[in-house]
Amino acid sequence: MRYLLVEDNEELAQAVKSRIELDGHAVDHAGTLADATDCLAAAQYDLILLDVMLPDGDGRDFLAARPAGSQTPVIMLTARSQISDRVGALDQGADDYITKPFDFSELEARCRAVLRRRGGAVSNDVDVGTAVFDMTSGMLTSDGQVIDLRNREMRLLEVFVRHKGQILSKSHLVDRLFSYDSDITENAIEVYVGRLRRKLEPVAARIETVRGLGYRLNTK
Amino acid sequence: MKGAGSITRRLTVLLALVAALLSILSWLLVSSFAQQAAERTQDNILVASANIIAEALRSVDGEVRLELPYSAFSMLGAVSEDRVFYHVMADGRTLTGNGGISGPADPPARGVTRLETVTHQGDAVRVASVTRVVLASPSAVPVTVSVGQTRNGVSQITRELSRQAALLSVVFFILAVVLSAIVARTSLRQLTDIADAVARRGPSDLRPLRQTPPEELAPLMTSLNRLIERLARSLRQSEDFIAEAAHRIRTPLATVRAQAEIALRNARDPGQAQHMRQIIRAVDESSRSATQLLDHATVAFRAEQLADAELDLAQIAQAATASLQPTADLKDIDIHLVATPAPVRGDKLLLDSALRNVLDNAVKYSPPETQVSVVVDQAETRARITVTDRGPGLGDTPADVYTARFQRGTNSAGTVGSGLGLTIARDVVEAHGGTLELSNHKGGGTCVLLNLPLA
Repeated sequence: MRYLLVEDNEELAQAVKSRIELDGHAVDHAGTLADATDCLAAAQYDLILLDVMLPDGDGRDFLAARPAGSQTPVIMLTARSQISDRVGALDQGADDYITKPFDFSELEARCRAVLRRRGGAVSNDVDVGTAVFDMTSGMLTSDGQVIDLRNREMRLLEVFVRHKGQILSKSHLVDRLFSYDSDITENAIEVYVGRLRRKLEPVAARIETVRGLGYRLNTK
Repeated sequence: MKGAGSITRRLTVLLALVAALLSILSWLLVSSFAQQAAERTQDNILVASANIIAEALRSVDGEVRLELPYSAFSMLGAVSEDRVFYHVMADGRTLTGNGGISGPADPPARGVTRLETVTHQGDAVRVASVTRVVLASPSAVPVTVSVGQTRNGVSQITRELSRQAALLSVVFFILAVVLSAIVARTSLRQLTDIADAVARRGPSDLRPLRQTPPEELAPLMTSLNRLIERLARSLRQSEDFIAEAAHRIRTPLATVRAQAEIALRNARDPGQAQHMRQIIRAVDESSRSATQLLDHATVAFRAEQLADAELDLAQIAQAATASLQPTADLKDIDIHLVATPAPVRGDKLLLDSALRNVLDNAVKYSPPETQVSVVVDQAETRARITVTDRGPGLGDTPADVYTARFQRGTNSAGTVGSGLGLTIARDVVEAHGGTLELSNHKGGGTCVLLNLPLA
């Protein structure tokens, strides 16, 4: 997936960029609306993250001025008053909005939700053992049968699939899965790994425990 | 509205007073004309009768003779039922008469008609006298013919005419009052038109008034438009201020939070990681407080002048639910919505904000992998949204503590919050004429009921 991040705050932009890149997505960063226009002319994006207040204008006006046929979904990043910005953004054709400061996992969740809603036809299939995992919709299917995954299990699988063969530490998984206002201990991750492990058993995919280091997805 | 009184009423009363004056005047005039006309008619007939009688005077064998021509009296009889008197006096002696009146003490000269009013048996009698000279022997004799009639008929006619004139005057007066009221109202229509135009406006409609006022109202319109302009400017400033304040507070917080998250990811030492978590928590705490304080200010300020749009609570619930689902997904919480149409009137932004705050609370306090249920329905005259979670419930804390500003339940420790969420929700609902009710759900958890009047 290729993201366009339009944000004038350099530190925030870099932080968001590095976080999204963790998932293997490509992120182009534009600091102004002019840069954003250039980026959009040069490349095809799957999702645009658009700040409301930019040095050379209002993100909402930019949104309203987009060509009518524009299909790329947009999530607004706003630091302004929630009530007054909310409707303005959604009325002008944004798919969602998130208020600064935001939790990275919430930003990810919203990106996923928007891509799932708008991604429609684009599938992003990855083999997991004998099953197929669609990264866009988050659906795991085996022989045409959908394997029911809860949201956290789905995201856990997503993280494993993106780092196939790598050992992932518990703390890394905690950071990726939970927002910080939930008091999750690293032991809690064992519960979710255990569940996912059971669901992956029939499709010949194994989550191995690497003692003292973490977990690894093995799909031989 | 009390105060300076009603212009319409004052104008109507003034016009009515003028009408009353005119009515009375016209009645007096008509009455007096009627009386004069009736009297003149009687006088003419009396004179004619006297003349006819005088014509009938003859001189036979040197004596004055009179064969009374009854046609002379029939004319008088035709006018009314009044008693008729006559008296003919030849050379100072009574020739004939029916006794009611005697000839004038001082007979009129030849060829002169005299009219006078005398009193007979308490009645006013109008008498016409003419003097003729009849050639009798030895010389010409002056004969005075007097014909009199009581005036009852005349008074009766006068009274009758006067009564009718009075009736007409009253009708005229009533008509004038009605017309005055209509005139007063129409003249003031432009004023009420302007008032209506102001009253009909939505709270966010602060364009200047476009009505062309009559000359007298132009200064009022101008000052009204100036006031609107000032109000619009100050509202814009307040909203800009709130937005700007939010921006100024949140932007650096966002940076701090992002840096802290990166530091947390790179932290090798568990103690350091814990510090980072505490920083993130503190940032979340303050950003939430800032958000809700500003939302609270916006709500307070918008509630003063509520938008009045037709809305469906089901649609609002749908949008709010969909928007919170990704956040809820992070905890594997399912927001389950069952909505039937529930039309209300009000401010979409505020109702949306109220519901989001309630839902946000529900998701925040719910344990992972539970369900938050949202039901939109109607009950009698109320539109309702019921949000039920599986969280810790209200505990022993009284329900009104939760909706009080900055108050949080005793079991909220460990969850980020400002204590304003339910206050905002309650303020919004109450501004719409509704109520917010909190209760413990039977199977554990909290049940929040937003109760609004049905449109």
